[in-house]
Amino acid sequence: MPATPSHVPQPSRTDPALIRNFCIIAHIDHGKSTLADRMLQLTGVVDQRQMRAQYLDRMDIERERGITIKSQAVRLPWAPTDGDGPGTTHVLNMIDTPGHVDFTYEVSRSLAACEGTVLLVDAAQGIEAQTLANLYLALENDLTIIPVLNKIDLPAAQPEKYAAELAHIIGCDASDVLKVSAKTGVGVPELLNEVVRQVPPPVGDADAPARAMIFDSVYDSYRGVVTYVKVVDGHLSKRERIQMMSTGAAHELLEIGVSSPEMTVSDGLGVGEVGYLITGVKDVRQSKVGDTVTRLHKGATDPLSGYKEPLPMVFSGLYPLDGSDYPELREALDKLQLNDAALVYEPETSAALGFGFRVGFLGLLHLDVVRERLEREFGLDLIATAPNVVYRVIMEDGSEHVVTNPSEFPTGKISEVYEPMVRSTVLAPSEFVGAIMELCQNRRGTLLGMDYLSEDRVELRYTLPLAEIVFDFFDQLKSKTRGYASLDYEPTGEQTSELVKVDILLHGDKVDAFSAILHKDKAYAYGVRMAGKLRELIPRQQFEVPIQAAIGSRVIARETVRAIRKDVLAKCYGGDISRKRKLLEKQKEGKKRMKMVGNVEVPQEAFIAALSTDDSDAKAKK
Amino acid sequence: MPSVLPDGEPVPDDGALPGHALAGAAGRPLGFYLHVPYCATRCGYCDFNTYTASELRGSGGVLASRDNYADTLAQEIRLARKALGDDPRPVETVFVGGGTPTLLAAADLTRVLGVIRAEFGLAPDAEVTTEANPETVDPRYLADLRAGGFNRVSFGMQSARPHVLRVLDRTHTPGRPQACVAEAHAAGFEHVNLDLIYGTPGESDDDWRASLEAAVGAGPDHVSAYALIVEEGTQLARRVRRGEIPPTDDDVHADRYLLAEQALTAAGYGWYEVSNWATAPAARCRHNELYWRGADWWGAGPGAHSHVGGVRWWNVKHPGAYAQALAESRSPGAGRELLTDEDRRVERVLLELRLSDGLPLDLLRPPGARAAARAAADGLLDPAAHAAGRAVLTLRGRLLADAVVRDLVD
Repeated sequence: MPATPSHVPQPSRTDPALIRNFCIIAHIDHGKSTLADRMLQLTGVVDQRQMRAQYLDRMDIERERGITIKSQAVRLPWAPTDGDGPGTTHVLNMIDTPGHVDFTYEVSRSLAACEGTVLLVDAAQGIEAQTLANLYLALENDLTIIPVLNKIDLPAAQPEKYAAELAHIIGCDASDVLKVSAKTGVGVPELLNEVVRQVPPPVGDADAPARAMIFDSVYDSYRGVVTYVKVVDGHLSKRERIQMMSTGAAHELLEIGVSSPEMTVSDGLGVGEVGYLITGVKDVRQSKVGDTVTRLHKGATDPLSGYKEPLPMVFSGLYPLDGSDYPELREALDKLQLNDAALVYEPETSAALGFGFRVGFLGLLHLDVVRERLEREFGLDLIATAPNVVYRVIMEDGSEHVVTNPSEFPTGKISEVYEPMVRSTVLAPSEFVGAIMELCQNRRGTLLGMDYLSEDRVELRYTLPLAEIVFDFFDQLKSKTRGYASLDYEPTGEQTSELVKVDILLHGDKVDAFSAILHKDKAYAYGVRMAGKLRELIPRQQFEVPIQAAIGSRVIARETVRAIRKDVLAKCYGGDISRKRKLLEKQKEGKKRMKMVGNVEVPQEAFIAALSTDDSDAKAKK
Repeated sequence: MPSVLPDGEPVPDDGALPGHALAGAAGRPLGFYLHVPYCATRCGYCDFNTYTASELRGSGGVLASRDNYADTLAQEIRLARKALGDDPRPVETVFVGGGTPTLLAAADLTRVLGVIRAEFGLAPDAEVTTEANPETVDPRYLADLRAGGFNRVSFGMQSARPHVLRVLDRTHTPGRPQACVAEAHAAGFEHVNLDLIYGTPGESDDDWRASLEAAVGAGPDHVSAYALIVEEGTQLARRVRRGEIPPTDDDVHADRYLLAEQALTAAGYGWYEVSNWATAPAARCRHNELYWRGADWWGAGPGAHSHVGGVRWWNVKHPGAYAQALAESRSPGAGRELLTDEDRRVERVLLELRLSDGLPLDLLRPPGARAAARAAADGLLDPAAHAAGRAVLTLRGRLLADAVVRDLVD
């Protein structure tokens, strides 16, 4: 049991030379939470008993809530134990980073609040693509990297192999890679010592006007928005008026403090310190990640660099299964938006699906998280249209359309269509290189490079249209590599492509929910597949229903749902009447759930099934 | 009678009806259905409430057997008499169904009829029908029935083709049902029906034509033709699921129905309900019409359903439990439902639309009336009848009757 350090520097009056701001970069399941827990215990901010009773509980909620509730930033006192006698007590600020591929920008801001990072890798698994991508971000931010292998207690651990791999990636010596077991605590004090020794203290001008960078912003239903900042220059004090530099909006500083790990009020925050602000705003979009906070009076004139507005990359139409849930859906989106500055939406009407919203997301994962929260936390049953990206269409007359919904793709003479591109990184065992290349080629990818991280692990870099990634790419990648591949991507601008809109017509009526923008070489396959799928899904009607896939007026695929000829129960005698009436009531309930496309009754299940990706089996196995 | 009972509220021990059930009863005919839950063998397609054991026991040890079954039925008829109180109506129709009613001795059947006659009285022109299995009757048996007061007999012919009968597990030899018609005529039965089944796996259009020809050739005044329904829980359903027997496509059923309509019409039979054809209005089955027109009937026997003035109830299914209840002077009713006005309206739509007389358009609410106009324009309802204020199915409409009902009840 380590001694709790004495003479702990107090917030607002901490010498920057004693501060170490660091984060932990790790793949999900590589043990970040366990390591963080161990650090909390070792530094004495949470005692053994509370550890179980409180902190892990909170972590459970975190896991439940996914991306939103995070430990953000915890202030840990630590006196290094490796020198002669007790060392000076330092302040370690452990800053959390969102672990998701879609939140690269937010990760980059978290990293920008740090001077060093612990690169935590599972000693039985090796590094994963998202970790690698975040490592590159950390390197771009000039952070000191402390490579650490976790789970060395596992029988399957191969610390020597993965130490060599890490050394190769960051260009250090394999012997520099620390080996810990967050579970047993082995090596964790040494790791804290290394953080103090290796991570440089923050540097700032204490006399300059205050500048603090927002690296996270969280909505709390009791306290409003809690904003996490790192003070770069100057000092923020309680009860002063502050200003958000991107918007100029001024707020009263109702509370300022640090997390250790409970929120603890302080007099203020000084250079290099990390803590939280509460201003009473109710919406995270008024306190945006990356923005600079300064004083309202005699404030800074230049904001810190690196601020970007979040830009939605992927769009999907979200519709309540039950049309009467539309107000609930709106309310739920409003609530989610309080805590998600990147979520945008506007009402949309679909002839096929009724009233809903076109919702913009940072990426596929963001979409999944939002959709799952809407369904789980708000109890909504939703239909989501196939995700699409944003297209820029230049007409021959020079006019420009930005298309976020395929059914709004312009008709008429089109000169050029631009689609967003991403630079993607795939890490996988080398035996799967062929399969991955085939998949990426098939998805219009261009190989940028390939590196062996170790003898049997490869990093492949591709430029791919984002549209190809949003359509079941990850599922395909997983199934082609037996789950071993990991993927990361980041936007790299746009390019012109030969894209067309494919419409699906039922009995001559366009089904807006099924319109898709595709590369011309893939239009035919899509048309054939959708028409075939719908033929199976649409129940026979009293008339023949042609299903067509068309580009403009040119039909590229056609199927027919034959007219139903018999829909009558042969027998209806005394004992059948109750049953028959009840069946009729049930059928009428079912009829209510039918959506009308022109004259064609389409069951909702057909929309859901048609909108789901083909590889539902692969998905179920995940 | 399907073997699955609906959910409902309990039936009082004395089988008493709510007061309103008998209001206006004088204007409605009253019928009796008697269920005989015994069969020599179980047919693979059948999901009716029937048992091959000749003796079954109730939980209290009461024996329900073929031999004492007539007495058990008599007990329920006497209970009916009490429940209907001073209802003065004589019985207009009696229908004995099963199971295989003709597994009982003719004397048993006529004895039960005698109890009805004694307790309620039979209308002078009452229609008294029994279903009969062609293998279980002979001229003597038929003559006994006729002498006992039966005047209509319905034979389960199903098909004229041996390989079709085999799939259905029917044991009679081809030709026997036709002979039965002659024997029934000889015994003095005026009304004879043959039941046919179409769409049995393995049946061809030609097989079906042959069955229709054989049936009309025998000269009954009534033919019923039913599409084979593969009911869940039957041996046939298991064989289809295992892939031993191919399921029959709905389009095939539609084609066979059209063949039936064609052959029967050509032979002088006119449809008067979706699955029923008769040579003249007088040859229609009045008992079934009573079901279709919301009249009153008491269904006696295990699992039998009854309806009196908007109260519908059904008996316990098991013959042992049924006999046990009656032995303890309790109603064998398992559950009942009190129909709301809207329930009764819906039932009228779904039943009367199946009849050649159709239903009056004023029974429909505005959305239903609009649907009826559309159906008339789409060729599902007869335009002339529609113009005259009735919804009457066309031939194509008969095949899509359930879909039309779904639109019309709105």
